[in-house]
Amino acid sequence: MPFVAPHIAWHGIAPELALVGGALVALLIDAVKPAVDRRFLAGLSLATIGLAAWFTFDLRDTRAVIMQGTLAVDGVALFGRLILLITAAMTILISYHYLSRRRIHRGEYYPLLLLATSGMTLLAASNDLLLSFLAIETLSLALYVMVGFARRDEKSQEGALKYFLLGAFSSAFLLYGIALTYGATGSTQLSVISKQAAVASVDERLMFVAVAMIAVGFAFKVAAVPFHMWSPDAYQGAPTSVTGFMAAGTKAAAFIGFFRVFLVAFGALQWDWRPVLWIVAVATMAVGSLLAIAQTDVKRMLAYSSIAHAGYVLIGLVAANRDGVSAALFYLLIYAVMVLGAFAAVIVSAPGGSERLSLAEWGGIGRRYPVFGGAMTLFLLALAGLPPTSGFTGKFLLFAAAIKAHENALVVAATITSVVAAFFYVRLIVLIWLQDPPPDDGHPGIGPTPALITSLGIAAAATIVFGVWPQSLIDLARNAISHGFVG
Amino acid sequence: MNLAWPLTLGALLFSIGVYGVLARRNAVLVLMSIELMLNAVNVNLVAFSTWIRETIAIGQIFALFVITIAAAEVGIGLAIVLLIFRNRETINIDEIDLLKW
Amino acid sequence: MSETIVFLIAGPIALGSALFIIMSKNAVHSALWLILNLMALAVLFVDLDAQFLGVVQFIIYAGAIMVLFLFVIMLLGVTREELLGEAIPIQRVVSGILGVALAGTLVWILLNAYDESAFGSLAGANSAGNVQGLGRLLFSKYIFPFEVTSILLIVAAIGAMILARGRTEEESASEVERHSGEDVRL
Repeated sequence: MPFVAPHIAWHGIAPELALVGGALVALLIDAVKPAVDRRFLAGLSLATIGLAAWFTFDLRDTRAVIMQGTLAVDGVALFGRLILLITAAMTILISYHYLSRRRIHRGEYYPLLLLATSGMTLLAASNDLLLSFLAIETLSLALYVMVGFARRDEKSQEGALKYFLLGAFSSAFLLYGIALTYGATGSTQLSVISKQAAVASVDERLMFVAVAMIAVGFAFKVAAVPFHMWSPDAYQGAPTSVTGFMAAGTKAAAFIGFFRVFLVAFGALQWDWRPVLWIVAVATMAVGSLLAIAQTDVKRMLAYSSIAHAGYVLIGLVAANRDGVSAALFYLLIYAVMVLGAFAAVIVSAPGGSERLSLAEWGGIGRRYPVFGGAMTLFLLALAGLPPTSGFTGKFLLFAAAIKAHENALVVAATITSVVAAFFYVRLIVLIWLQDPPPDDGHPGIGPTPALITSLGIAAAATIVFGVWPQSLIDLARNAISHGFVG
Repeated sequence: MNLAWPLTLGALLFSIGVYGVLARRNAVLVLMSIELMLNAVNVNLVAFSTWIRETIAIGQIFALFVITIAAAEVGIGLAIVLLIFRNRETINIDEIDLLKW
Repeated sequence: MSETIVFLIAGPIALGSALFIIMSKNAVHSALWLILNLMALAVLFVDLDAQFLGVVQFIIYAGAIMVLFLFVIMLLGVTREELLGEAIPIQRVVSGILGVALAGTLVWILLNAYDESAFGSLAGANSAGNVQGLGRLLFSKYIFPFEVTSILLIVAAIGAMILARGRTEEESASEVERHSGEDVRL
């Protein structure tokens, strides 16, 4: 039997090739010339991301399943790449000075970031459970290392250990679920699974366990209750720029993978998993919002807020219709931008290596630095989902999709938790503006740099623009799913 | 032989691994328990692969990938454990509690 | 028939050694039991017509990975049992209940689904050789996942290097600074 060489659709994987190629070049330069200016590596990484974005743009009219059925090129995959590339680029902007200030500016940071991004984009486009698993592992391994990147910082180490142990534990569950799915349906390809799952000969209870275990794996990655325990520790311990990357990027990639697997492969079983995810969504929103109130550390508070936001995006999956998908895509993009803006503000909040982590240190900062305080206020309003910010539009779209799917009770629960959540965002806003600033001496000031100001500006502008004129982005998200998932 | 036998073995090994992760406090032992879980999955994959009797053995390929990933995971995991031990002289995950669990 | 006999020998060994892994007080003993477990599984793989995987399991897992484990255990010097740290009883009880419940559910469901599924053999797929068959598959249908694995391995290599490397000059400098900085804040 002669060997037939497989067809490689180079254009379809060009964005990932660019990211991995850029990472390797940066790695080589750093290895050969360790003293290389970090500015050069950061610039190279940004250029790489730009190249990947251009290749992605080039694919805008392509809809196909490529690489022997393992990779999907469709609107959702492209929108996912868009979110992730924006996230990566903004992360580099907020990382550069932060890493220098904390003196953990090692050159390997940029290759790891690019490789993690390539894992994320592959997860968003994966059409095969085997590839999904590999992509999840790639991005997770890179993130375990990035969380522990401040190696001498005990909190960073601890965050890395907890993230790693729980992450590996959850991937074992994901893997067991995939193995059972393979056993029940004979394939790991999403479209084949969906055909086989509808056949009567497949054991229903077996499929239910398989789907449940895969759900555990994804719920862990998006930090949904009750698989959220790792996230506050990892978010607090990680260098702040990495925290932003995790909150924006991991969440977006894992959610898009979650949506694709559940809506394509397990679409026929939705009456089994929708009620379960309904409960998970409500629990996630409630626990995230309630526990955030008790936090005194800004990063930890944002971690719980990020858990609550995972609950809102889950509404889109429970709705299980096209509106749900497009609303979730919209939400993931605007959430990525606003949460990166919030973490950029945390980085800017102090000039040295230590940020203002305790909430009390934020008292009166808006009076002293009105522009900075205004930017942070804007992100907090967006996270709370109040108009005129993009957060309000995003929540509105998600709730509309849920109502269309007759999930009214879910919308009521989401509204109640939004009100609870608004409490702690508004509390911080009040602190920023209404408290008297501490006396001049001993006040650390803030540490804006051109890159940080740029990222703050972009995030603030996007938060306003997509709050007031969201239509173009809504259309883009709707077009991404208008023909459904490919495959 | 019946397919249910190796699958039962896989399920039992997986559950033993889950118990190990939850009950043991030594980070290295937790990592070993995770390895046990991954191996349980491999037993399932290989058994299914033989049972399904396709012309191509997808399950075996998958198991090969799982072994690769397990190796990479162990590499990173032990590096983190080593890093923590250098600083604190302990790898007991109850004592690593600077951050609230 | 011979497969059944091999399974009935290797299966209980795998199960027993797994129990010893999680019960041993000494981490070195656990590692050795894990090696036995992995070897029993390697035999099982060969028994299930996965010859290549059996060999790989033996060389990579029981060989390379376990050497890494033992190496780290020895490096940390955790042969002393007091460093092992034992779980508080309540945690063990809860874990035990969870473990048994999980095992019960899985076994019940699997037995229900596959109780009458007698094995064939992979003779058809393996006719041109198990290794050849896997190689063909790996470099045709699964070429892309195979290449993605290389990304994963690069990440693992860089990561292990970053984390386990001794302290750099930059870090020593920052440590001094951080401590002096803390003094000022106090």
